Amino acid sequence: MKAAVLLFPGSNREGDAARALRLVTGKEPAVVWHAETELPQGTDLVVLPGGFSYGDYLRCGAIAARANIMTAVRAHAAKGGMVLGICNGFQILCEAGLLPGVLVRNAKLRFVCREVFLRVERADTAFTKAYRKGDLLRIPVAHGEGNYTADPATIQMLEAEGRVAFRYARVDGQIDEADGPNGAIHGIAGIYSDKLNVLGMMPHPENHVDPVVGPVDGRGLFESIAGALKAA
Amino acid sequence: MKARVIVTLKSAVLDPQGKAIEGALRSLGVAGVQSVRQGKVFDVELAGNDKVAAEGALKDACDKLLANTVIETYKVEFAD
Repeated sequence: MKAAVLLFPGSNREGDAARALRLVTGKEPAVVWHAETELPQGTDLVVLPGGFSYGDYLRCGAIAARANIMTAVRAHAAKGGMVLGICNGFQILCEAGLLPGVLVRNAKLRFVCREVFLRVERADTAFTKAYRKGDLLRIPVAHGEGNYTADPATIQMLEAEGRVAFRYARVDGQIDEADGPNGAIHGIAGIYSDKLNVLGMMPHPENHVDPVVGPVDGRGLFESIAGALKAA
Repeated sequence: MKARVIVTLKSAVLDPQGKAIEGALRSLGVAGVQSVRQGKVFDVELAGNDKVAAEGALKDACDKLLANTVIETYKVEFAD
């Protein structure tokens, strides 16, 4: 597999995303500057890392979503190429129109930095095959604008098409919007594109891949991607 | 030519920042505040004096960048 981690001014998790990919897949990803117009030849996974691209000016991810490299990312996604946006990367994908909806200010107005339980909503996608449906993952979040929302028709469509990837859950696996970290509708923590090849999520799976640090519940995501790309 | 673009949240979208400001105004004893919603203002200077062209350019600017039309609406005002 050949991964490209995008770098925007203000991104700050590109090193962790690259490290997780290296650790789990054994391959070194390319780091690609936002002003580039093309992805490296043969790229099969694009990762938009977390951080505060352009200082969150205007709206989170709004300016990065209009960067040069995003034209290439759009073309990659349109061909069915895999794209993973984490945290600010998810915000960028929404702003770029690669995923529907938007991430607004956390309902309680606080920056939330803690571990959450994520429920795996389906385990048959290229991002989640290493998990089982209903698995509860311990994954950290760290964001001020992670409150996913969209108009009711879009939410209904996402639910009907099985495009919710992960939800914030309680320790018993139940979903409680009010108990979630940010107020996201239906506890939505991550969503897929219509062809399931683009995933955006607020939590940071790249944080939990090394037993030295703690839980390794994030590994499955990168293992799934590596497995899917090997099979392809 | 000078124009002002005003971007506000759609009425159906919750505005927790506006709510917090509303609460702060109440606690300051400012009388009669019923609700507050927060928005953004952009003052834009445009070349030339063609108002129709300017309106078109600003609509383009809003649709492409200044507003996220999933949650926001915008309007353009010209300074006379």
